[in-house]
Amino acid sequence: MQNDDERPERWRSRRAFLKWATFGSAGAVLHPSTATAQERPGVRSLGGEVGEYGERSPFASPMRRDLISRYGQAAASLTPLQDLRGSITPSALHFERHHAGIPRIDPSEHRLLVDGLVDRPLVFTVNEIERLPAVTQVYFVECSGNSRVKWSPAQPDTDAQAAFGMTSCSEWTGVPLSVLLREAGVRSEGRWLVAEGADACRMTRSVPLEKAMDDALIAFGQNGEALRPSQGYPLRLLVPGWEGNISIKWLRRIQVVDQPYMTREETSKYTDLMPNGEARQFTFVMDAKSVITRPSGGQRLASPGFYQISGLAWSGRGRVRRVEVSTDGGRTWVQAQLQDPVLPRAHTRFRFDWTWDGTETTLASRCIDEVGDIQPTRDALVAARGTRSSYHNNAIQGWKIRSDGRVENVDV
Amino acid sequence: MFDFDDGGRFVLAVALAGILGTAALGTAQAPTGLGRPATLAEIGAWGTIVGPNGEGLPEGRATAAEGKALYERRCARCHGVSGNEGPDDRLVGGRGTLASDQPQKTVGSYWPKAPTLWDYVNRAMPFDQPGLLTSDEVYGIVAYVLYLNDIIGEHDPIDATTLPAVEMPNRGGFVPDPRPDTGTTALPRP
Repeated sequence: MQNDDERPERWRSRRAFLKWATFGSAGAVLHPSTATAQERPGVRSLGGEVGEYGERSPFASPMRRDLISRYGQAAASLTPLQDLRGSITPSALHFERHHAGIPRIDPSEHRLLVDGLVDRPLVFTVNEIERLPAVTQVYFVECSGNSRVKWSPAQPDTDAQAAFGMTSCSEWTGVPLSVLLREAGVRSEGRWLVAEGADACRMTRSVPLEKAMDDALIAFGQNGEALRPSQGYPLRLLVPGWEGNISIKWLRRIQVVDQPYMTREETSKYTDLMPNGEARQFTFVMDAKSVITRPSGGQRLASPGFYQISGLAWSGRGRVRRVEVSTDGGRTWVQAQLQDPVLPRAHTRFRFDWTWDGTETTLASRCIDEVGDIQPTRDALVAARGTRSSYHNNAIQGWKIRSDGRVENVDV
Repeated sequence: MFDFDDGGRFVLAVALAGILGTAALGTAQAPTGLGRPATLAEIGAWGTIVGPNGEGLPEGRATAAEGKALYERRCARCHGVSGNEGPDDRLVGGRGTLASDQPQKTVGSYWPKAPTLWDYVNRAMPFDQPGLLTSDEVYGIVAYVLYLNDIIGEHDPIDATTLPAVEMPNRGGFVPDPRPDTGTTALPRP
């Protein structure tokens, strides 16, 4: 104890020297008996420098996966849901679906026209849009064609990305569409609007004015930065909870009209064909849905023992009220924990602690949403709609855990 | 929220009107004054959006006979000379298949409104060169596709007046969203 005054100083000096020597010259000159730092586990050389735009670890590199299609410009890519950790989808992993390629748009040249049944047809620059009163909200965007494979009987090797990867969730920043419509002054005859994109096919969809005035956004921000080009840079429509196609990207025009305009995308596509040959039209809302992402298809449980089951749930009708998990193929259901905050029309992470006894079983989850809807079984969906309606499949997903730990896709 | 009459025409019901009817959203003055007034010429240059009754259709006219050569030059590569052999979307045929196990959703079997075809060809076709066609050429291709589907005659003139009057075979084939429909609602919906 009598050395208290000097020992810390000497220790600090020696440590500082060792640190300098190790980093500066790889420690080659040090005598082994004094080089305690050489026994230190871990990094022993200088790492990377600071940079202008971050990269992820080369050891953590989940990727989107393309859906096979004839043209890369009229295609889709799927979010690797099984690799996501929280409830936000990284912008670079947000699923993509576009019909005529991703346009390259200089925001200084982009204009948004608001016209039709308005008192004052107006042209906005992007800078002017960004001057208007803005909000930030977390919303999922789900393609109504998500889970299309589930209209067919389950194939064992289908994974979460293939069956559910056309939903993603972001924090969006933008101007409420109602702000722009008030700026232009909607006439009393106005009932719908047509939104038009600036992509090569000038994608158009009709939106009821009621929804436009409620919670639709003209978004310019995604997860803290500008929209990604594949998400509509510099401006996109964002219609919360509704099928993704209606959230027109690269928005160039809002035309207020007196009726739905029956565009190709709301007649020939994005309508749901029933067994009697009739088709449902304007099936906008994405229903209550969930999927267990860990463990999920293609993964393998290393051994019996503890696992926390984890997944995502969402509903276009509001908040997720409850998620139930079954570990016995749907015979019994137990309530899972929901990660706060549970936001309306946003992905909600759920978790459920589970100990696998090593025997074959099937895991499943079902979402119960704010309006009381329960995610249905595939059998219930098929009984109501047949198998040819393509869109809006929100069937319960089953994952069979085989006795060797492999996880396979099954219907529940 | 909405209903369909026998002709497949869209009729807005009172629900939407009730919500919006409290006051027109029109206001005497713009709240922020941002944006600048759009001139009529500017609005015209933005392009047309064609409505289901022909709203926004431009001048121009053509027959199927006049559109045939252009269809074969610009469209047949992706949609087939007959319109039904692909490799891309089938445009022709499929009538009577919608209730079968192999439904074919073509212009003739599925599309409810003829002006939609003009709008889509004009805005998005040809796939790799959208905007290439003149209004007359779009009328010609539309006429030819309708003719291939036995909906109009080879020499029927198609223009802003006649196109909206074309009765599409599946005009009554669309119904409103009936959800919830799977018997899995836990509570009465608000």
